[in-house]
Amino acid sequence: MAEPMGFFTDTTVCIGCKACEVACKEWNQLPAANGGVNTLSGDSYDNTRRLDGLHWRHVKFVEQFPTDRTGGRWLLMSDVCKHCVQAGCLEVCPTGAIIRTEFDTVVIQSDVCNGCRDCIGACPFGVIDINPVSGTAQKCTLCYDRLQVGLEPACSKACPTDSINFGTITDLRKRAEARVGQLRAQGENRAHLYGADDKMLGGLNSFFLLVDRPEVYGLPPDPKMPSRNLKPSSWMTVLGGVLVGLAGLVSFRTRGSRP
Amino acid sequence: MYPRSMADSDCVMVMGSNMAENHPVAFRWPMKAKVNGATLIHVDPRFTRTSAMADLYAPIRAGSDIAFLGGIINFVINNERWNSEPFFRTWLLNYSNAATLLREDFRDAEDNDGVFSGLMQYTSGLPEWPYNGFVGEYDTTSWQYAGTGIGDQGRVAATAQSGEVRGAKSGAVGADPKRETPPTTKPVPAGPPYDGLVESLVKPAPVRDETLQNPRCVFQVVKRHFARYTPEMVERVTGCPQATFLKVAQTLLANSGPERTTSFAYAVAWTQHTNGPQIIGCAALLQILLGNVGRPGAGIMALRGHASIQGSTDVPTLYHSIHGYLPAMTALKKHDTVQDYLLLETVPTGYYGNTPKFLISYLKSMWGAAATPENSFGYDWHPKILGDHSHLPMFVAMADGKVKGMLLIGQNPATSLHAKLERAGMRKLEWLVVKDNWLHESATFWKNAPEVKRGEVKPADIPTEVFFLPSAQVAETEGTFTNTQRMLQFHFKAAEAPGDCRTDVWFTYQLGKRLKQKYADSAAPRDAGFKALLWDFEHSDPHERGRGEPSALAILKELNGYYSDDPGRHVATFGDLKDDGSTTAASWIYTGMYPAPDQNRPANRTPDPPGQPGAQLNWGFAWPANRRLLYNRASADLQGRPWSERKKWVWWDAAQTKWVGYDVPDFGTTTAPNARAKPGGIGLAALSGTDPFIMKADGRAWLFVPTGLVDGPLPTHYEAAESPVQNPVYKQQSSPVLKYWKRDDNPLAAVGDRRYPHVITTYRLTEHYLAGAMSRWNPWLTELQPELFIELSPELAGEKGIRNLDWVRISTPRSQVRAKALVTRRLRPFTIDGKVVHQVGMPWHWGWEGVSVGDVVNELTALVGDPNVTIHEGKTFVCNVERA
Repeated sequence: MAEPMGFFTDTTVCIGCKACEVACKEWNQLPAANGGVNTLSGDSYDNTRRLDGLHWRHVKFVEQFPTDRTGGRWLLMSDVCKHCVQAGCLEVCPTGAIIRTEFDTVVIQSDVCNGCRDCIGACPFGVIDINPVSGTAQKCTLCYDRLQVGLEPACSKACPTDSINFGTITDLRKRAEARVGQLRAQGENRAHLYGADDKMLGGLNSFFLLVDRPEVYGLPPDPKMPSRNLKPSSWMTVLGGVLVGLAGLVSFRTRGSRP
Repeated sequence: MYPRSMADSDCVMVMGSNMAENHPVAFRWPMKAKVNGATLIHVDPRFTRTSAMADLYAPIRAGSDIAFLGGIINFVINNERWNSEPFFRTWLLNYSNAATLLREDFRDAEDNDGVFSGLMQYTSGLPEWPYNGFVGEYDTTSWQYAGTGIGDQGRVAATAQSGEVRGAKSGAVGADPKRETPPTTKPVPAGPPYDGLVESLVKPAPVRDETLQNPRCVFQVVKRHFARYTPEMVERVTGCPQATFLKVAQTLLANSGPERTTSFAYAVAWTQHTNGPQIIGCAALLQILLGNVGRPGAGIMALRGHASIQGSTDVPTLYHSIHGYLPAMTALKKHDTVQDYLLLETVPTGYYGNTPKFLISYLKSMWGAAATPENSFGYDWHPKILGDHSHLPMFVAMADGKVKGMLLIGQNPATSLHAKLERAGMRKLEWLVVKDNWLHESATFWKNAPEVKRGEVKPADIPTEVFFLPSAQVAETEGTFTNTQRMLQFHFKAAEAPGDCRTDVWFTYQLGKRLKQKYADSAAPRDAGFKALLWDFEHSDPHERGRGEPSALAILKELNGYYSDDPGRHVATFGDLKDDGSTTAASWIYTGMYPAPDQNRPANRTPDPPGQPGAQLNWGFAWPANRRLLYNRASADLQGRPWSERKKWVWWDAAQTKWVGYDVPDFGTTTAPNARAKPGGIGLAALSGTDPFIMKADGRAWLFVPTGLVDGPLPTHYEAAESPVQNPVYKQQSSPVLKYWKRDDNPLAAVGDRRYPHVITTYRLTEHYLAGAMSRWNPWLTELQPELFIELSPELAGEKGIRNLDWVRISTPRSQVRAKALVTRRLRPFTIDGKVVHQVGMPWHWGWEGVSVGDVVNELTALVGDPNVTIHEGKTFVCNVERA
């Protein structure tokens, strides 16, 4: 297996140009929704709104301005599949369509996917959705086809300010730590990494530098695997079985005692 | 400067530009600087994606830029560090015209209610072309340096009084003898060679006061001029809180000096005003005061709005200059003979002393062997302009029925400035050729324009015959781009264009061939030029030749230049150009890019090794002479040493007795720092070893501009042609010499007109491109910005009962449009001179064709513009906003 590869997205240098969105669509030949005919969302400059089967990159625009405008910020962030080391989607996929690649990335094989949608609910980040063209679940592949021939993903290649960094996870984590240190030295005490260590789902192979709480960016502060419910629900199952058994015994005894 | 150099800045001030949104690729360099610890400042009416990246954001009302910059100038001049740090004084005294004395009869705006001496009624122009649009003009004589007339030739607005031979053609009164004859009593020697002619033009050197104390020296005049731009005044005019303004001023100064440099970046939000060049000049003045010119990470970055628009002005597509920024031949000046032209347009001292070599080489490129010394190299065949033939006056003339036909290549005027009037002009054409990728609004205005849909105009009544020619895209042809840093980059053909789509060069080449054929048998003298025209760009590739495609390399060769009697030999540098016809070169500034048949330098793609300081000299080719930083002699001190180790760029190597460094030195390679100017000398010989600004007649950066601008030698705050307030700074409301085409269909709102109380600015978004022909048909882009909107503050929205996404009607005296409301705190109300003024903004990409459609915002704008370059004032005017 090659070294784990991924993205480090430094949101503090994202200029919200959406070049990543377009480069992704161009490389992966994803059509615009509804032929490009869209309506204004009214939510800042975000008119595609979310990640889904046709949008594998999505730039978020968070306007933070108090009434008197002091210290106003416009947070910009290019969102993408997190390529979790413990990936919920992969865990629930019944057909084996979702695989972990030699780059430690998570890829949905369209020809194996049966469109059951289990992965859509299993992803704690809301990354996956059905691509209406193929009828299968789709999301960022971290440009698996490009990686296989030694090219970097289309989005990071297009990013003019190096907000999206591509590389080995080891190297990216080092760079990210250094950047956080630099920002803090410059007085940006809110700078922190999201998903850069193993604590979050075993580590996100696409992690982020944020300057506010994750919720502000629409990210779950503490994402969980779908299997988190396995233990309690299995106990419930056992308990249920026991209860049914007991009820059965009781009913048999009752029947047996009939005259 | 060039964008990559911004990575070397310690502070980057973006003003008059939304660089992150509209130049995202170049913006990587300020971002590199920021990541390295530089301070990024954005001054803008709106909090944009650029502001989001800035360490410091200063909000100002649109159109108040000179008040803000003037305030910084006043702050700097009165600052203790600026007055005590020797670097600033040394740089200013030796590299600028601060010490030069001005004429006694000069009156500054300060003493003259906001106008300069010499203001008068506009009487110039030819009766045949009454479209120059001036509302007034200046006699600029009193702006000259004392005791000399240095630099009063050349590059001034082609239609303005300055440089015109008044009365010579039109019979108008007020002839100015100073400009009719060269300032010499000796007979002017004929050429070639033209050295004698150039020598005859040399005037006495300017008088200087090295103490900078003389009240008539430039520095004292500048100091007095900006004294009224106090922080209080800045807040009154711009609406920016004083504390924020002062923080900006302090940051700029703190990041200037021998060890640190600050750069500016601007784009069309500085140009699209009735005084745009003055705003840019104001920033230049400030950068000269701070010693931030010709040094790494310093200067002013002029961001171009299109790929290769720099190339289009170099080559040029401009009406008022021929190649390499030489003035176009005009019927407004005494340009009767080649000698007249050279006498009027040659600045004898400084590098433009070589003008005869550039001109004659250009004429040879037009007519080849037919251009001989006997026929003045075909000068008489060259067309002359009659007046201002730029976009605005052309469409006014069109609306008057004065224009027969139009070739429209890469433009969409049906959605352009004062679009209603422009479409009215297009309806008067006999024929119109539209060559584009899509059937955009200018191709369908006759059937789908709003006035047609409303039934006000019937297609049957429009006589215009419209021809549509499908265009090839850029990747379907070979050629060069010249980008914002004057860098040419060659690109190769990637794919065959579909169907009958053709390139722009194919069209132009074939049109020229057919016209030559048409005039081949003409005996009319006016057609002689067309018959003699050198027009041979045949492609060497049989397939391309068969399609009629010209060779990009052949065009490059003609631009670069070759020896007339040995066309296989290219000219290696513009220093080799001759004024006797022995060299043929269309564009002297491009000479050197293609120095030999096997050296296509724009195709160079070798970056510098990482981590080493350098200027990436083997990546593309930057004119002139592959220099990346212009005037880079100023990066060294008087002795030729770098001002500091941190900011070294080029320096004098005493051992090698030449200038060396990371870049190509922009100076006489072997001119020692202690070299003296030759009295009476021409060209570079007239400048000393400490005169870095070699394109200037006096070798110095101009704080005060004695010639070249028609609207004043110093930047002065005027209100826009439409403004909600009286000018708080001067009695003079707006530029006294702005261009305005007064017509019933081009009304302006009066100052403070309560029907139009809000200030509006128009702009572009990252997601779309200009008039939309390259983006509104692309679904990937239309889904990102699907609809026209107006950005307004919650305060204004509250006053008007407008909610987010409501339909809003925006009106000006010209027209009205509808858009959806985007209510955002990124906009804010300003308090201007005690009065609350709301600022709104609209992107202008939309029209009625394409995947994404919307109203034409340019219906709101007026035909009113700057007097130097005739750009319209699209960045600030007034409007009303109400729920639709």
